[in-house]
Parts: sequence; structure tokens; C-alpha cells
Amino acid sequence: MNGSFHLWLIPLLPFAGFVLNGLLGRKLPKAVVTAIALLAPLGAFAVVLLAWLSSRSTAIDPDPSAVLRRMPYVESWGTWISAGALHVDFSLVLDSLSLVMLLIITGVGFLIHVYSVGYMAHEDGYWRYFAYLNLFLFFMTTLVLAGNALLMFVGWEGVGLASYLLIGFWFKKTSAVDAGKKAFIVNRIGDFGFLIGMFLLLANFGTLTFSDIAAKLAADPAMTGGILTATALCLFVGAAGKSAQLPLYVWLPDAMEGPTPVSALIHAATMVTAGVYMVARTHFLFDRSPLALSVVAIVGAATALFAATIGLVQTDIKRVLAYSTVSQLGYMFLGCGVAAYSAAIFHLMTHAFFKALLFLAAGSVIHGMGDEQDMRKMGGLRKHMPVTYWTMTAAVLAISGFPFFSAFFSKDAILYAAFMSGGLGKILWFVGWVTAALTAFYMFRLWYMTFWGELRSHDVHPHESPRVMTWPLAILAVLSVIGGFIGFGENLGPFGRFLGSTLGVHTTEAGSAGLEWGMSALAVLAGAIGWYIAHRLYSEPSESAAKLATSYAGPYRLLVHKYYVDEIYSFFFVKPLLALSRFFLEWVVDVAILGGAAWLLAGIAQLGGAILQRWQSGNLRSYAAWLALGAAALLLFVFLPWTSLLAGIGIHVGMVAHR
Amino acid sequence: MNVPLSWYLMLSAVLFALGVVGFLIKRNLITVFMSIELMLNAVNLSFVTFAHQWHAVKGQIFVFFVMMVAAAEAAVGLAIIIAVFRARATLAVDRIDLMKL
Repeated sequence: MNGSFHLWLIPLLPFAGFVLNGLLGRKLPKAVVTAIALLAPLGAFAVVLLAWLSSRSTAIDPDPSAVLRRMPYVESWGTWISAGALHVDFSLVLDSLSLVMLLIITGVGFLIHVYSVGYMAHEDGYWRYFAYLNLFLFFMTTLVLAGNALLMFVGWEGVGLASYLLIGFWFKKTSAVDAGKKAFIVNRIGDFGFLIGMFLLLANFGTLTFSDIAAKLAADPAMTGGILTATALCLFVGAAGKSAQLPLYVWLPDAMEGPTPVSALIHAATMVTAGVYMVARTHFLFDRSPLALSVVAIVGAATALFAATIGLVQTDIKRVLAYSTVSQLGYMFLGCGVAAYSAAIFHLMTHAFFKALLFLAAGSVIHGMGDEQDMRKMGGLRKHMPVTYWTMTAAVLAISGFPFFSAFFSKDAILYAAFMSGGLGKILWFVGWVTAALTAFYMFRLWYMTFWGELRSHDVHPHESPRVMTWPLAILAVLSVIGGFIGFGENLGPFGRFLGSTLGVHTTEAGSAGLEWGMSALAVLAGAIGWYIAHRLYSEPSESAAKLATSYAGPYRLLVHKYYVDEIYSFFFVKPLLALSRFFLEWVVDVAILGGAAWLLAGIAQLGGAILQRWQSGNLRSYAAWLALGAAALLLFVFLPWTSLLAGIGIHVGMVAHR
Repeated sequence: MNVPLSWYLMLSAVLFALGVVGFLIKRNLITVFMSIELMLNAVNLSFVTFAHQWHAVKGQIFVFFVMMVAAAEAAVGLAIIIAVFRARATLAVDRIDLMKL
């Protein structure tokens, strides 16, 4: 390679795909649309791979122990804003963190694009769908590659836009449109926090470039607490909005109104992990603020448990997965909160594999069932859809932490890091452990309800999905099964060493191999308990689940209604806001401003007319009299010694006053 | 014999004032019309006075313009007066108020 990695190609290829498909897609034949849509992420993936391989090239640094020789690699494409002390560049940064993210985004993104070709084959807005999907990849890669917070914010807002467009893809469905708006508005709250955080960064460091801020922090070890905590917490509000953490998670379950591949790409594998990425990217801030770290950890653990409990009783297959996503994102924040950033990114990666797979497999089920999402109407599908069944099984085992599947390593790494971080960490570990059991339960519940027993709906004929959909499933299944091994070993093994160059190696306090294996065994036990309960309740048709629901009617209703959070938000925020808006619209804007101003203007004109009309008497001599009067007044104005008269009563004007 | 400038100007002012008063108080349209001519000629007088005083011919040229316009105005004006009289059988200005809103 001759120096440059051509990072600019990574966002630009999907953007070109967006422009081509967005402008011309309606007229292009479907095959061309497909080719453009698939080549864009594939090309970006190739550029990322080349950058990765060439960064390992021994020609630059012959030391074989260095994993990455040219990282962080900065590519600047000129100045964006330069105003006084503020200076913002179009700078793209490739380091181990952004490289991992890019590999996930373009790699998994490409697989989901391929899957979409089959899933969306019969949709009217085929070209529109792929244009949006490429637009999303453009903004997401911008977000990840950004070397400063402002450019990251551009990507941040852009993925929000793409998410909004894709959630509301079926714009004739009111619920989809509402879900899109909800996602956009709830994200706005988080973005507000991000903005405030950026302002605080600018005020305290005078720069938004991540590396400069890190250098300034490193140069001043005395800088702790206070302002750093405030900045970190503001940034975390942004992260909580984008990554659907308490209390801003409400948009993600509704976002399932979008097409299923969108849920897999945006609302499971990539966009919702942007918050985790952002916290990891600004980890030098969080490292200096124990309070902010604790908040991140507590919010993460609370969200993990909260969402998992809701997931226990949902009957919509996609909603179970949505709450599962919220819960797993909680794990990632728990990892960030105990400063185990590498573990969090590790879980982000494995989660991208198995959750994308879960969603795509669920999409395959929905496709095969003729757009049926209710698990109560499924059952026995393993005979009809073997590929979907086996890939889904791999994903369910992975997410439940079955030994040596991917989440076994990543979830354990987070739980272990939590356990080793003091007294609070023990509590958080226990919350995480319970959540692991709940996760295994609801995932196996989904698995049993969908694939086992007998088909409970008689007017559908389930069929396996076409190859174009099953191949991505198979590849993701392989990744879900073996993906964890790159993080196997001391301090997350090769993966930990790889990320260590950017995120710092997380050194655990006095842990031992025995303790680590013991913790793993406990986590597996949690998964086994979850599976066992699910097996007892759902493996064959029985009344035991319904009986359990009736004997605990109160808690059950609470969970079915998702803790009434939507109702509470509606009562405390949405309804008052709507009422206030309506008041402003109807009374302030409509009546006072529009009505009032119009009435006032008309009144003035009418009154003026009524007065002036009297002059238009038609009487010639009255006109003449006014004429003479005016002339007299003019003469008076010219000849009277005004300045001296005014000076006589104490007012000085013009030259007289200056003299 | 050398008449001072101010006498001419005073005469002009008096003629103009007479014209204004006549214009305001007379009811007959013809008289009103004549008052206008009076005002025009008062102004003409001051033009000529100043032209003589400053030995500038421009003022006298201006007077010819004014007289020309006055002649044209008289022609049009008298025509309108005749038309009004034919239509309304009166020349009292107070009764000719068709242009009232």
C-alpha cells in the first residue's frame, strides 16, 4: 500500500449507492437497483478489510509483537469550521476501536443487505428501501470514523434520520408512522444531552477532537470530578437515547414496526450500539469520573434487568427480540460502567452477530408464516423451516451463554469485570446474573413457541425462505458460534490486545483463573435454569404457563403492559405537552397572533379610512381651504425661528445644542 | 423713475392673496376660475420683477410658459364649465360635489 487507506471511500460508497438508487431507482430495473445496493456495502467492507490488512503489514514495523502498526491513522479532508478559537476538521480516524466497529457495520450490514434482497423482493418501494439502507450505512460509517465530536454528531443525527425513514417505511400504516416519530422525538432528548456535552467539552478543552481532548486530560492529572462528571453524564444522556437505555428506551420496541431486516441492522446490530461506541470513544472522560462510571453501570444493569422482565411475557416475536436488545445493550453499558470497555465492545460484536441472526431468523419465520408475528399462532416450524430452525437454535444458544458460544465469552467478561469492581460491582454482577437467567428463559420460550409443538394456526402454509435469505443466516450462525473465540484468554485474549491499543487494557484486581472459571460456571448455571423453566412451561402444550399467569395475575399484568411506562410517559409528558401545544396553536397562534393581528390591521385601516373619508367631501372649496392651510403651515414651519423657541423651553436641537 | 423691488413684490403678494381669498369665498365657478388666473398672474409679476432686478432673461421666459399653460387651462376649464352647466344648470361650486366618495 502506498500510504493512504482511502478511508473516505468507506462512507462515500454507500452514499453513492444512496444517491444513485434514491434519484434513479424508480426507473432502474430491479436487478440494477440490487447490484448498486449490494456493491456499496461490499466495496466499503473491502476497503475496511484492506485497511486492516495493510495496517498489519510488517513492511512498516518489523516488530511482530505489535498488532497494529499504523494506528491510530488520521485522514483529514480539510477544514470544516474555523471561527476564532473553534477549529473543526473533516477528519477520519482509524484505530482498533473504529476498525472493529467498521468491520461489524459493513460486514453484518452487507449480509443484511443480501438478506433484504429476498425479504423485500415483493415490496413496492424496493429501490427506496435500499436507498435508505445505504444512506444509513453512510451515516453510520461517518459516525464511527469521525475524529471529532461534531462530525460524530453529524453521523449520529444522520443514523437517526435513516432510522426514522426506515421505521416509517410502510408509511401508509399509522402505527409505523407513529413509531418513526416516537423514535425521532425520544432520540431528540438524548441528542440534547449530547449537544450540551459537546458545549461543555468546547468550553473546557477548546477543542472537539477526541485525541486532543485525551492529550489535554493526560497532561493534567489533577483534573477530576465536577465538570468532567457533568460532561460525561451529558454525553451519556445522548448515549442512553441512541442506545435505548432507561428511561429513554421506549422508542426501540415500537421501532419494530419497520421491516425486519431494518430491525436487525439498525435496531439490533449497529445503530443502537452507537451509544456504547460513543462512551468507549470518550472513555478518557469517564475514566476520570467515578461517579459518571457508576451511573453508567447502574443504568446499564437496571436496563438489562428491566427489559428482560418485560421480554418474559411478550407474544410478538419481534418485540421479545426488541426487549432482548435493550437488555443486551444494558449489559454493554454495564461493561462500560465498570471500565471494561474492551469487554463491552466485545459483547457489542458478538451481540451484532447473534442478534442480527435472531432478527433475520425471526424475519424468515414471519416471511414463511405470511407476515404473522404472533408467537401464539406459530409452533412446530422446525419441520417446515429447517435452516431457519438450526440457525435460530445457534443464536438462542449463543445469547443464552451456552458454553463456548459467542456470548458465553463476552457476557462472562462483562459479569466478571463487574464482580471485580468493588462492592457496587457485586450487586451489579448479581443483577446481571439474574438477567442472564431471564434472557435464557425468554429466548428458549421464543424458541419453543415458534419451532416446537404443533402449528397453532391452520390457515397458513409455512415454507422455508429462499437461498438469498438463508445464506446470510448460515454465515451469521457460524459467526455466532465461533465468534467468541477471538476473545478467549487472559484479558480477552487477542481481541483485548487488539483493542487495548485504543481503550487501554483493563487490569482486573486480584482475580484468579479459578474464580474466573467459577464465574463462568455460575453464568452457565443461570442459563441452564432459564432453559429448564422454559422447557417445563413451553416444550409441550400445557396449561402450566397460563396457570402461572393467573396465579400471579398482578405482576403478570404489570409485565404484559410493560410496567405501564408508555402510559406514564403519555400521562406526564405527552398529554400535557399536546394540551399545551394545542392551547398555543388554537389560542396564542390562531386567535391572538393570526386573528388578533389580522383584526388589528383591518381595524386600523378601517378607522383611518373612516376619518380620512371626511376630507373627501367633494366640496371644491373645502379642498381649497385645506390647500391654503397646508401652505400656511409650511410657511410657518420655514420661517418661524424654531431652534430659539425650543431653546427657550429647554430643548436643544441641531447646531444650537452642539455649540 | 425707479420703483423699488419690494413694491412689485408687495403688489404680487396682494394680488395672490386676493386670488386665494376669491378662490375660497366665491361660489360662482367662473369667478373661482378667474381667481386662479389672478394667482397665476401674481406669480408672473414676481417672475418678471426678479428677472428685471437680476438682469436674467430666464424669469421672463418662464412667464411665457406660465401664460401658455394658463391659456390651455382656460380653454379646457371653460369647456368643462360649459359641460357642467349644461348637465346641472348651475355654476355654484357647493353643488358640484360629484367627486365625493
